[in-house]
Amino acid sequence: MSKRPEHQAPPEVFYNEDEARKYTQNSRIIDIQAQMTERCLELLLLPEDIPCLLLDLGCGSGLSGSVLEENGHMWIGLDISPSMLDVALERETEGDLVLADMGEGIPFKAGCFDGAISVSALQWLFNADKKSHRPVKRLYTFFSTLYASLSRSARAVFQFYPENESQLELLTTQAMKAGFYGGVVIDYPNSAKAKKFFLVLMTGGSGPLPKALGADEVEDNIQVKYARREAAKAARGKPLKNTKAWLLEKKERRRKQGKETKPDTKYTGRKRSGRF
Amino acid sequence: MKLITHNMLTSKCLKGVMTGYPLAINATDVKITEVDFNPEFITRVIPKLDWEVLWHAANSIGHSEGLPKSIEPKFEENEDFLKKAHKILLEVEIEEGHLTCPESGRQFPISKGIPNMLLTEAEVQ
Ligand SMILES: C[S@@+](CC[C@H](N)C(=O)[O-])C[C@H]1O[C@@H](n2cnc3c(N)ncnc32)[C@H](O)[C@@H]1O
Repeated sequence: MSKRPEHQAPPEVFYNEDEARKYTQNSRIIDIQAQMTERCLELLLLPEDIPCLLLDLGCGSGLSGSVLEENGHMWIGLDISPSMLDVALERETEGDLVLADMGEGIPFKAGCFDGAISVSALQWLFNADKKSHRPVKRLYTFFSTLYASLSRSARAVFQFYPENESQLELLTTQAMKAGFYGGVVIDYPNSAKAKKFFLVLMTGGSGPLPKALGADEVEDNIQVKYARREAAKAARGKPLKNTKAWLLEKKERRRKQGKETKPDTKYTGRKRSGRF
Repeated sequence: MKLITHNMLTSKCLKGVMTGYPLAINATDVKITEVDFNPEFITRVIPKLDWEVLWHAANSIGHSEGLPKSIEPKFEENEDFLKKAHKILLEVEIEEGHLTCPESGRQFPISKGIPNMLLTEAEVQ
């Protein structure tokens, strides 16, 4: 049987009283969750030294939330497991807690949060734990309601454990459909142990994706391969459909086949409508 | 559940509900916990709040006494106002009770201070 928790049982069943306690007392887990939360905060690019209101998605027993507190922020946490939230209560975290399934949508009104983080929870959304669950739809509902709940220019950063490349594509596609832009940053891509995936989503402005840790420059292209559709396609060696490069290539092919083709001009492949 | 959370929480994830805001509060147990006063945080969060909803929420659980009905001009310099906002937003907590969706009447139980916003399969959009 797979070792992945999300293959074993629905989250609210897997994280039962026993597991919630074991999880929260394990000093190795405490350390790792804290480290990854620090990195999420760093990627969130909050204004310096200003106390913010943050959303912690899949907050569990509040290991990630404790780090937010130490950094001077107030947080509201959302989790599907009552047992994990019970442990958070016992630990007397400062965050306020809500029992909810993020796949059903983020139940907050527009523009509330200065940012959102999620540590080791997002991979659970690939599950179909109930007959009615359709992961793609749940992801879209999740991202679009999350987008609405963030204040403009706020970011959402998720550390998560993807199973394969198609999950990365599915995530970024649904997030972009919901209005976000951004991509996956892979820290320490060459280390089996330290390698970590962060989905960095932005709501406004147009900053570049942050740099990954422990990646040399050649690797940088691979890091942000999911940042844009363009980049993802380019990595496979074919120009993206309907771009200028694609059009020119297509026209060249037609000429080689002896077909009638309009000459290339400065208007070839020019955008006709507004920007994406 | 703190009133800062109530001020932002909705039942809009329910199928057929448009805004689901504000949720009516029915509290059977309210407690006060002391929280460090952080004027900077309170100042930043006030513009994001629906103050009227906050006042009515406080009133519905018997904690509106002394709470201004609207945001005072130049509130950032008014420590008395910021302290009142701090108290009502972060220190007053609903332990037991329920929330009611203004559109559908659906109730969401609050137990041990945690509102249960989980939906049934039929309620999901
Ligand atoms: C590995 S724990 C991480 C908890 C916490 N973020 C930390 O760093 O310790 C994953 C958490 O995600 C929660 N989770 C899984 N699926 C969820 C969903 N659909 N909605 C809300 N929470 C979910 C689980 O209940 C669990 O508490």
